Amino acid sequence: MTGRLIPHAVLVLAILLFALPIWIAVAGSTQDSAVIARGEISLIPRLSGLGVYRDVLLHGSAGAGPVWHALMVSAGMALAIAFGKIALSLPSAYAVTFFRFPFRMTAFWLIFLTLMLPVEVRLIPTFQVMSSLDLINSFTGLTIPLIASATATLLFRQTFLTLPDELVEAARMDGAGPLRFLRDIVIPVSGANIAALFVILFVYGWNQYLWPLLVATDPKYDTVVIGIVKMIGVDTATEWNKVMATAVLALIPPVAVVFLMQHWFVKGLTEGDK
Amino acid sequence: MERRTLFPGRLLPALLILPQLLLTFVFFLWPAAQAIWSSAMREDAFGTSTEFVGLDNFADLFADPLYLASIGRTALFCACVTALSMGAALLLAVLADGEIRGRAFYRTMLIWPYAVAPAMAAVLWVLMFHPQIGLVGAWLNRIGIVWDYKLDGTQAMALVILAAAWKQISYNFIFFLAGLQAIPKTIVEAARIDGSRGVHRFRTIVLPLLMPTVYFLLVVNLVYAAFDTFATIYAVNGGGPAQSTQTLVLKVYLDGVVNANIGSSSAQSVVLMAGVIVLCALQFRFLGRKAVT
Amino acid sequence: MAGLRLEGLHKSFGAIEILKGVDLALADGEMLVIVGASGCGKSTLLRLVAGLETPTAGRILIDGRDVTGLDPSARDIAMVFQNYALYPHMSVFDNMAYGLKIRGLPRAAIRAKVDEASALLGLEALLERKPRQLSGGQRQRVAMGRAIVRDPKLFLFDEPLSNLDAKLRVQMRGEIRRLQRRLKVTSLYVTHDQVEAMTLGDRLLVMHQGVPVQLATPTEVFEYPADTYVAGFIGSPAMNLLPGVLGRNGTAVTVAGTEIALAPSRFAAPDGHAVILGIRPEHVVLDPSGMSWPVEIVELLGSEMLVHARRGGEASLTIKIVHGPAMSDVIRVSFPSEHVHLFDQATGLRLTPAGSGVPPS
Repeated sequence: MTGRLIPHAVLVLAILLFALPIWIAVAGSTQDSAVIARGEISLIPRLSGLGVYRDVLLHGSAGAGPVWHALMVSAGMALAIAFGKIALSLPSAYAVTFFRFPFRMTAFWLIFLTLMLPVEVRLIPTFQVMSSLDLINSFTGLTIPLIASATATLLFRQTFLTLPDELVEAARMDGAGPLRFLRDIVIPVSGANIAALFVILFVYGWNQYLWPLLVATDPKYDTVVIGIVKMIGVDTATEWNKVMATAVLALIPPVAVVFLMQHWFVKGLTEGDK
Repeated sequence: MERRTLFPGRLLPALLILPQLLLTFVFFLWPAAQAIWSSAMREDAFGTSTEFVGLDNFADLFADPLYLASIGRTALFCACVTALSMGAALLLAVLADGEIRGRAFYRTMLIWPYAVAPAMAAVLWVLMFHPQIGLVGAWLNRIGIVWDYKLDGTQAMALVILAAAWKQISYNFIFFLAGLQAIPKTIVEAARIDGSRGVHRFRTIVLPLLMPTVYFLLVVNLVYAAFDTFATIYAVNGGGPAQSTQTLVLKVYLDGVVNANIGSSSAQSVVLMAGVIVLCALQFRFLGRKAVT
Repeated sequence: MAGLRLEGLHKSFGAIEILKGVDLALADGEMLVIVGASGCGKSTLLRLVAGLETPTAGRILIDGRDVTGLDPSARDIAMVFQNYALYPHMSVFDNMAYGLKIRGLPRAAIRAKVDEASALLGLEALLERKPRQLSGGQRQRVAMGRAIVRDPKLFLFDEPLSNLDAKLRVQMRGEIRRLQRRLKVTSLYVTHDQVEAMTLGDRLLVMHQGVPVQLATPTEVFEYPADTYVAGFIGSPAMNLLPGVLGRNGTAVTVAGTEIALAPSRFAAPDGHAVILGIRPEHVVLDPSGMSWPVEIVELLGSEMLVHARRGGEASLTIKIVHGPAMSDVIRVSFPSEHVHLFDQATGLRLTPAGSGVPPS
């Protein structure tokens, strides 16, 4: 029996270790800030302390605005990036897969090249481009540059390549032109992949840190991730319960999306990335 | 790989691909070219004039002990994060892959940290290891181990490594599990009939078949550790105390944005670009261009 | 309804010439089966007719109209694919209706056409299902239905039965034949399966390495194969092909050291000419005074048996007999003259008996 118990024990231990930081935040958020500050945080949440969530959502805490606003910015950014990237890369992947045109592979390689140019390696010049386009401190500046990268294009191309040729041929026989085929066949058939990509991109957008830090200095554009890092930065008189409540609120949307769409997401990730 | 059947026409595909190409040029290729250009320029102290200095910025960079130290630090950080997160993920995937009850439950409970932002990983670990308020941090101090990642560089490094590795385990876990499940059952059964068992079977049969996944993850993890952890490290200590957690990406940011030393920061960007290209080339070699063609 | 004409059709992919000139004319309502081993160019030929590939040279005429440069959808044809190519996210009804919708038919007309086709195919109860909920045979029928509703001038079949199991294949083969007869649509049917070819076609076109080698009715192809390739390809088990030398004024062949008389016919080639003697396994007869062949293997097929024999290392012979005596190590057989085919060893082409009227090939 021990042969069977050990794997379970290790897995359960791993789950607990994974969950511990979150649990501390959940439990801590309901406790008194002063108690936490004395280093006497308890792992048992106090139901009476749940009001803190209302507080941070509506009023925020020292050094940070109301969390609902930051959540809206984050959600807007994540959704704009997810939808924008899908809207941009679906047609371009369709073009490189289903057509032959001059410089097709050149175009594809240029797009592919963006994988080798993460924001981190072109920080200053990208900032300069943004400022010359007058996109600093704007929602457009926050999202558009992140929409252009190649990940989604590659994933879609991979998906499109697996569609049987006969499907295209049957559609051509039926008289479907390229746009009609895209709308009637390709998009419905790739539904699961689009869903998977949505999860990946939503999480990607929600979790951005460096880019918003750089291009959106106006607190109006603070995402919840930016906001919470600002909160833990001020060390004196930190309202720890509010920090923890904000952390929990910041985690819920992306974790929920991954949880709820887990099946598609795992499939999309492992089938597409390789 | 190419499709056999295509649609005729040139204008339509050009229109379909144009938006993405446009954004790629404006926000990726142009800035990258700009970075290479700026890396060969130097501004005077007042920012009034710039002159072309060729490779001087690079020469200065590699003569700078702080930069060299940062390279070493980044290498150490990347190695530790990659080894820790891949090792733990492989162990968990092997355990969760077997004929074990509750496999779906374990999988669900192990993949959600994928959704945690690198910055949020830092926040959660700070809340745990804060020397005064953290459950673990305060406890360490109570039992007589002096713990303060804000003062002790080694402790700070350990904390960012743990936080960064913790967040990446689920990503690796997902891929290892998929890789394990892709190994044909008949091969493992043949090995069983041949009398290969336990660790030996894993080492001689399973692991070799898993190597494509291992290589793929190796590159992904190195890129993750080198770039995506900016937020983790920056949120914990801003690269401090002193420069003890200042990796190359942090240095690009601090030198470029905070200290406004454009020439040096651009040269550092170019060095990083070269690094990514090398990693991508390695991945191509190992995966035989599978990712693109 | 309409005929199909192909004129000097060539197709090359890069330096590789797949089709080396095909001329063909199909009568209105005819079912022509193109048969050949994989890589013979038969699928390319079909795809050219479909408009999925453009010919390097030559013309395609449907119903007298040159369609060579037209898009597939403008050719008024329908195609049934090997893997059916049903739209996976659409119901059976929508799969059949899609082409009609694109052509802008009114809803009621679409309904009527789909209903008619599904009645013909026995699909009425399945119209709301998705392809993944159907069996192989049902999917095949939907693919047929999608072709039928369009009322095309020409049906194209690209190995439509090869994804089915053996029993279903026989059944669907019959259905396709009945349907084609009933609808009288000119059809081009590609297959590598010679049984399918023999049973389905009004005429067969045997292709080999991009060249049509014989165009004739199934019976003609079977009884008068144009060359050794056709002889070996059509018929199962394959025809025995034995190298020999012609002699006695063209009335005998020497095979593996034994002379075989070909009386009464006389072949139009000089004595000493190198030939190939062909005889189908079922036409070889046991004959105590015949040529002796050492037996290698005996395969029992139930009511029949196959005897594989070999003589002198190079010449091998397969014999199909209904029920023979207990097999000894050596059998003695003879080749009845009326069933012997002769081919030129150098060219592989059929040698015709001098003066006898043999159907053109």
